[in-house]
Amino acid sequence: MAKSDTNKNPAKGDVQEPGRRDFIVVATYAMAGLGAAAVAWPLIDQLNPAADTLALANIEVDISKIAVGQSITVKWRGKPVFIRHRTADEIARANDTNLDDLRDPQVDTARAEKPEYLVLVGVCTHLGCVPLGQKTGEVRGDYDGWFCPCHGSHYDTSGRIRKGPAPTNLEVPPYSFLSDSVVRIG
Amino acid sequence: MSATQFKSPVVRWIDHRLPVFSMLHHTAHDYPTPKNLNYMWNFGSLAGLSLAIMIVTGIVLAMSYTAHVDYAFDSVERIMRDVNHGWMIRYIHMNTASFFFIVVYLHMFRGLYYGSYKAPRELLWMLGVVIFLLMMATAFMGYVLPWGQMSFWGATVITNLFSAIPYVGESIVTLLWGGFSVDNATLNRFFSLHYLMPFIIAGVVVLHIVALHRFGSNNPIGIDTKGPQDTISFHPYYTIKDVFGIAVFLLLLAMAVFFFPNAMGHPDNYIPADALQTPAHIVPEWYFLPFYAILRAVPDKLGGVLLMFGAIAVLFVLPWLDRSPVRSARFRPLFRIFFWLFFVNAIALGYLGGKPAEGIYVILSRVATAWYFLHFLAILPLLSMFETTKPLPKSISEPVLGSSGRTA
Repeated sequence: MAKSDTNKNPAKGDVQEPGRRDFIVVATYAMAGLGAAAVAWPLIDQLNPAADTLALANIEVDISKIAVGQSITVKWRGKPVFIRHRTADEIARANDTNLDDLRDPQVDTARAEKPEYLVLVGVCTHLGCVPLGQKTGEVRGDYDGWFCPCHGSHYDTSGRIRKGPAPTNLEVPPYSFLSDSVVRIG
Repeated sequence: MSATQFKSPVVRWIDHRLPVFSMLHHTAHDYPTPKNLNYMWNFGSLAGLSLAIMIVTGIVLAMSYTAHVDYAFDSVERIMRDVNHGWMIRYIHMNTASFFFIVVYLHMFRGLYYGSYKAPRELLWMLGVVIFLLMMATAFMGYVLPWGQMSFWGATVITNLFSAIPYVGESIVTLLWGGFSVDNATLNRFFSLHYLMPFIIAGVVVLHIVALHRFGSNNPIGIDTKGPQDTISFHPYYTIKDVFGIAVFLLLLAMAVFFFPNAMGHPDNYIPADALQTPAHIVPEWYFLPFYAILRAVPDKLGGVLLMFGAIAVLFVLPWLDRSPVRSARFRPLFRIFFWLFFVNAIALGYLGGKPAEGIYVILSRVATAWYFLHFLAILPLLSMFETTKPLPKSISEPVLGSSGRTA
């Protein structure tokens, strides 16, 4: 089939100039593209957390039963959260650390609202394993905090990275003390 | 293959080694198409679009659906309330299922009216009937998944159809159920098959298109194209026409999805399945109603099942029942009358299938069922022998340009 070339201006030979037809074609493709994007968005956005998943995004934890030197692990957003009732020695060691020795420098007071309670997301910042150190008898690494057995990251008593491949400190989740005995995470 | 010259060197490089672009160009661009196709030829592309919409929305829905009797209903409600845009995606899936059948029924009536099933397109037609059967199976199993009352009792009634088979019927039904009733095992296998079958349909669609392109589309006059003067290239002439049809289709679909999403469904399916309580009046989805009417018209279990399946089986042999050499109803005055009678009869069967099986409805169902089979088994063969057809034009161009040799 011969292509009809309506844009060809006989006076100018083969030189083509954008005409009304080109405008219509571009406008049509643009509208089709917009339509395709509008259709694609709900199909992609449905992958995001659903309303009921978001509704479960915070928890309340009773911390009154945690003895000094004891840790508990709770589940928040499908991930472990470590809550440690630190000993005076652990708090002191966390505060005495020279910031120049840290890969991700952060003072301990910025990481714990009340120094005796340390709340951490128990997920290694390297590749997402759960570090050891919560239970008695578990390896706690060279700095007596937590140790990730997957690739050997050592965290100190403030959950800061000290040695190994992890790039940053253990994450501190958003939390607040509703009372002396109840903490809300999320 | 014609020496297609693509502008992009990357496309040329790939095409030389893997000729997908040539194939696409050949099928959707150069493909010579009769130049006189009317809007009844839009429904093939619309059916293809419907299948695509069903597969895309279905894959998305499966991400949030749980195929377990204790969770299925709630997971569907969660899709409706909690999953982002879930209500819309589900309504699109539900309503496109109905639109898919509307489009395919129109596509089939087009074939019946213009004799598209006749030689050399018998296999093309039969592959279409296979697609239709697969669609019905897929739609039926999909309707079971929300695990509402209609899902459960629809599944019970339809699977029980097989119990009508002598001797082995009961065993087959147990096999289908994977238990002693429609239960969790049934739901799981239906979900598995419901996910699989659209891809089988897509495969048969490819065969359908290969068969179509062997001799090209039929046309409203029903005579073969005689050469390039009778055809135009598929692109841009029919692509643009198909796009127009798609725009109208999407407009109507959007209207259904956003304003009447449950108009073609049944409210009882929003009641969770209860194995101890059958709803007072159970009906299948509207697209099964003509066949459901045939099933109920026969006062015998096996007879009803046989006639219902026979109503579809007869479509397979249609090319050999209608032996008239003239394809298009335009040149068959008697056939045209009987076609419209058949059409009205089919609508009537659909109406009767949705009515209670009592009183006048039973009698009317029997008359309509008898007419359905008479049309195929008696009227079409007799018409082929005795009908006087009108003279056919010499070419597709002739009715437009006047008789050949003279210009209009």
